[in-house]
Parts: sequence; structure tokens; C-alpha cells
Amino acid sequence: MSYVIAFLTGGLICAAAQLVLEYTQLTPAHVLVGLTVIGALLGGLGIYEPFLKFAGAGALVPVSGFGSSIARGMLSEIKRLGWEGLFTGAFEITGLGLAAAVVFGSLMAIVSKPRD
Amino acid sequence: MKPQEYQALVKENQPPRAIGKNVFLAFLVGGAISAVGQLVLEFVSGVERTTDEAAAVTLAIMILLGSVLTGLGVYDKIAEKGGAGAAVPITGFSNTVTAAAMEFRREGFILGMGAKMFVIAGPVLVYGILSGFTVALIKAVVLGYF
Repeated sequence: MSYVIAFLTGGLICAAAQLVLEYTQLTPAHVLVGLTVIGALLGGLGIYEPFLKFAGAGALVPVSGFGSSIARGMLSEIKRLGWEGLFTGAFEITGLGLAAAVVFGSLMAIVSKPRD
Repeated sequence: MKPQEYQALVKENQPPRAIGKNVFLAFLVGGAISAVGQLVLEFVSGVERTTDEAAAVTLAIMILLGSVLTGLGVYDKIAEKGGAGAAVPITGFSNTVTAAAMEFRREGFILGMGAKMFVIAGPVLVYGILSGFTVALIKAVVLGYF
């Protein structure tokens, strides 16, 4: 059942993003930024958390989940460290993935033959 | 020809856009990637202690998957059909990083790959952090966390 919910919620977020792409002049980069900001705002307000509990990866995997992870990391680090958490918290949850993106992205660029 | 007439002519001769089909494909592809994410999340949740750690590891594994599929040239094919369904999941974020690294490598490792790797992912990070910072700051002040 959790897979069906993840499929439906993740799919709906992507379908909504596709609708925005079809009916506006915005580029995918704009939509990615917009969704991340929405996720960060909802995450900061504590609204994204129940959505994550309900939808699991359907809420976590779209970039809005990434945005919410930035804000949730900040809040949990503020409770632990004080004001420093406002800054270190951005990468508390996302840092693992970001460093992974840099490492694997570079690896792929070095290993793969340039196409075109 | 007036600009309005030209616009009308352009509109007339555009191929019909299959909006319904594109949205449905985005739904299918985005849903499928999220379902794979759920598989990873449930596996990881059994190993990691907290939900935040499970989220972090799940995001990283999806980023690894997106990066490898981009390196193999598979993700571009998924994105061709899936549109936003491939771009919006975190695998799409990873795809932009890896694709930029691969594309700009020929401009050199420092000013090419190093500088331009985050050409699309950079704005996502910048505005994600700025908006998260603003809400977290207001919330922390209002609720007296400091």
C-alpha cells in the first residue's frame, strides 16, 4: 500500500509540474527552484512533516522533499546547537546527498566518454 | 506583416501539443521513481536510527541512481518521455549535476567541470537555503528557541 501512495503522490506532484511547464513560459529550472522553495517553506512551518509521514518517498523524492529537508535540518540543529544551527542545518540532512552528487557526478564525467 | 498576424501564423503552424499525454507520462514516470524511492526508504528505515537519517540516506541513494543512469545515457531517454516526471524527483536534480559535469568537462576540470557542475542545481540550493533560512529564523524567534 505504501508503494501505491508513494506512486500516486510523487506522480501527482510531477504531473502538476508538467502542467505548469505546458501552460507557462517557465523552464524546468524555474519549476525545480519553485518546488524546492515551496518544500522549504512548508518544511519550516512544520506542514511538510505530516505529508512525509503519509506519503513516504512520494513526498521525499520530489525536490520539494529536498527543500523541506533543508528547513527541517535547520530546525533540528537550532534545537541542538542554537543560532549556529540556522547555518549548519541546511546540510544536516541534505549534505550526504549533495556530496554524493559531487562525487558521483565527477566520477561519471571522468569515466564516461564524451558523447556528441 | 503585423506582429499580431505573425503570432497568429506561428500558432496556426505549430504542431498540436499533446498536453494530456505529456502530463500523464510525467505522472507515470514521477510516480515510478517515487515508488523506487519508497523501496529504498523502507529498506533504509530498517537500518538507520532516525527518520531524518533514513531520509538523508534515501536521498543520497536516489542521487547515486540518477547519476549512474545519467552516466550510462539512460536518464536522458527517460527524461525525453517523462518531462517533469524525470526532472522533479531528486534523481533529476542529480541528473542536472552529472550531465553538466559531463558536458563541461571538455572546457577543463577547474573552469569547466568544477565551475559549471551546479549550473542548474545551484539555484535550487541557493533559493532552498534562503527560503528555509527565512522560515526557520522567524519560527525560532517566535517560538523562542534561542
